[in-house]
Amino acid sequence: MSTADITAEHHDDHHDHGPAKGLSRWFFTTNHKDIGSMYLWFSLAMFLVGGSMALVIRAELFQPGLQLVEPGFFNQMTTMHGLIMVFGAVMPAFVGLANWMVPMMIGAPDMALPRMNNWSFWILPFAFGMLLLTLFMDGGAPNFGWTFYAPLSTTYAPDSVTFFIFAVHMMGVSSIMGAINIVATILNMRAPGMTLMKMPLFVWTWLITAYLLIAVMPVLAGVVTMMLMDIHFGTSFFDAAGGGDPVLFQHVFWFFGHPEVYIMILPAFGIVSAIIPTFARKQLFGYASMVYATASIAFLSFIVWAHHMFTVGMPLAGELFFMFATMLIAVPTGVKVFNWIATMWRGSMTFETPMLFALAFVILFTIGGLSGLMLAIAPADFQYHDTYFVVAHFHYVLVPGAIFSIMAAVYYWLPKWTGHQLNEGAGKFHFWMSFIGVNITFFPMHFIGLAGMPRRIPDYALQFADFNAIASVGAFIFGLSQLIFVWNVIQNIRSGKKAEAKCWEGAEGLEWSVPSPAPYHTFTTPPQIEGAK
Amino acid sequence: MSVAADTKKLVARLVLGTVLMFGFGFAMVPIYNVFCEITGLNGKITRTGESEQPLVVNQDRTVKVRFISVFNEEMPWEFEPMQKVYQVNPGQMQQTAFVATNPTANNMVAQAIPSVSPSEAAQYLQKVNCFCFDRQPLDAGATAEMPMVFFIDPEIPEHLDSITLSYTLFDITDQQQVAEAKNDNNDKRSTL
Repeated sequence: MSTADITAEHHDDHHDHGPAKGLSRWFFTTNHKDIGSMYLWFSLAMFLVGGSMALVIRAELFQPGLQLVEPGFFNQMTTMHGLIMVFGAVMPAFVGLANWMVPMMIGAPDMALPRMNNWSFWILPFAFGMLLLTLFMDGGAPNFGWTFYAPLSTTYAPDSVTFFIFAVHMMGVSSIMGAINIVATILNMRAPGMTLMKMPLFVWTWLITAYLLIAVMPVLAGVVTMMLMDIHFGTSFFDAAGGGDPVLFQHVFWFFGHPEVYIMILPAFGIVSAIIPTFARKQLFGYASMVYATASIAFLSFIVWAHHMFTVGMPLAGELFFMFATMLIAVPTGVKVFNWIATMWRGSMTFETPMLFALAFVILFTIGGLSGLMLAIAPADFQYHDTYFVVAHFHYVLVPGAIFSIMAAVYYWLPKWTGHQLNEGAGKFHFWMSFIGVNITFFPMHFIGLAGMPRRIPDYALQFADFNAIASVGAFIFGLSQLIFVWNVIQNIRSGKKAEAKCWEGAEGLEWSVPSPAPYHTFTTPPQIEGAK
Repeated sequence: MSVAADTKKLVARLVLGTVLMFGFGFAMVPIYNVFCEITGLNGKITRTGESEQPLVVNQDRTVKVRFISVFNEEMPWEFEPMQKVYQVNPGQMQQTAFVATNPTANNMVAQAIPSVSPSEAAQYLQKVNCFCFDRQPLDAGATAEMPMVFFIDPEIPEHLDSITLSYTLFDITDQQQVAEAKNDNNDKRSTL
């Protein structure tokens, strides 16, 4: 494309160059930065709502016996907490980051399908509004756990299950549209010279994640549609009386569910791969191996789903296959952890807030990964299955894993978004409170799980009392320390020292070549890529 | 401009992928059933019908066959195996029965769903005749003996020396009535 073309096109462009005024800016916007911000705010709101539900759970579990809530409401809390955190907090946060950063990282002026981008965001508040309103319906909100196993979620479900199903359909549509948009942007909108193997790792991990989303979100839509038909139209997909099979539900659900957990962690790998080189002031070690490792993890995620259901009565050959396939995932994951450590090796490291979160990610995610390997051992899983050990495992990979990476990303790119330098004091205070809180909350859960405390119960045997009390204290420390984060972000938007275009000394990438705050429109002319012809 | 055209093509392909994966979710239902049939996974499917070859009874060993009855929570019937445990020689034909009572004041219809444990044994348990092949109607207050005839395939491996066969009884009265009503309508239409 020649420069003449671009100028000609530019003259045809009659849009004004700043954002529209008033509320309509947010309703009608097609700007990737506006939509990215809305995703992030929405995700923060859901994080606080889902977090409050977690605090209800931990408050009830502070002591054995029933103190604060009815067991039925407790079950609604565990269910809604899981659904909101997975679909409302973690996933939209990553989509928001992708919206903000992917076009800027590949030198594109916007997303490939800006109108659809607006749609995919605005579906979300309605989906979650509907889901949250079930709390006020007769019979209460869904109470069958975020995995909604049939027949608990069909024959024995509260009436509100239908609203839950439509909410899941809507979030699915939103995720798929977001994923299609991201794939189209990455494959078609890169600046000339930005070859695939030159893309920042965050872009790579998102490209692979988007493909995972397109592959499995329709399966989730399928499984809830089958539930809908079982409940209302007399089919028997999961009803044994009519010739169906409840175990089938688990197979279809986990065929979606396992790739889903990688959807929530691959973008985190990309974020950490951007932050660690910046603050170690070295290039990322093993870029190509990082790309291949990500792709192998994505591929393996499709053939390990039944490790979630070792206890349903599988043949021995099945247990062995899923056990070894699961353990195989440790290899590409190990490559990644090795590369991050090798990047830091002999680097000139400094420990600003984003780096602290990224380092905590590497350490704590590895702990979560190792407990995952323990769960992958099929014969041992019969002891761990459905205990607090599982809860400890997936919270270690999701909270100090996915959530810490999102925090790291927000602190890392916040100066680029707001144009103000970070308040390091408040950021570090937030980090240490979160780090301590998270470990006090989730580490004891390993022990009570190994001792046999089942998950999803409002009351427990006396011998679990001490560790539960400790975990509850940790949960309140972690929960309340997120208010520091909210305060810090709002302060940063309103005031602070002016940030330079490249506000981190060791940062590399196109996003640091535009001024801070990033102008409303960036890269309307494609940038020059180093090393391109 | 070619970027717009490329994007259109790519989006069309991605949408097609989405639709295909939605279909794949549903395709997993028959795939799962076929897979279970081949592997005997989940112990749901056992072989039925008469033996294909004349049976050679293996007198050297016996296999313990245990019967269990399970109720769906909303099923008010009484339902028990006549004899809980049998020691049978592989290849030997064995007849047994379950006794069912309908203690309610309504005529009801039930369907029994079998399950074999360990699932590996499912393919060696052959039912010649079983009440679970049909729907079982029972009048209010009535009691019935529901027979079944089975044998163990002499090919059964050594390590399988104990098999449990459980039946879960489901109340399908409502579905049955709906189906009958539909049939009645069809009949009426055909007579008109």
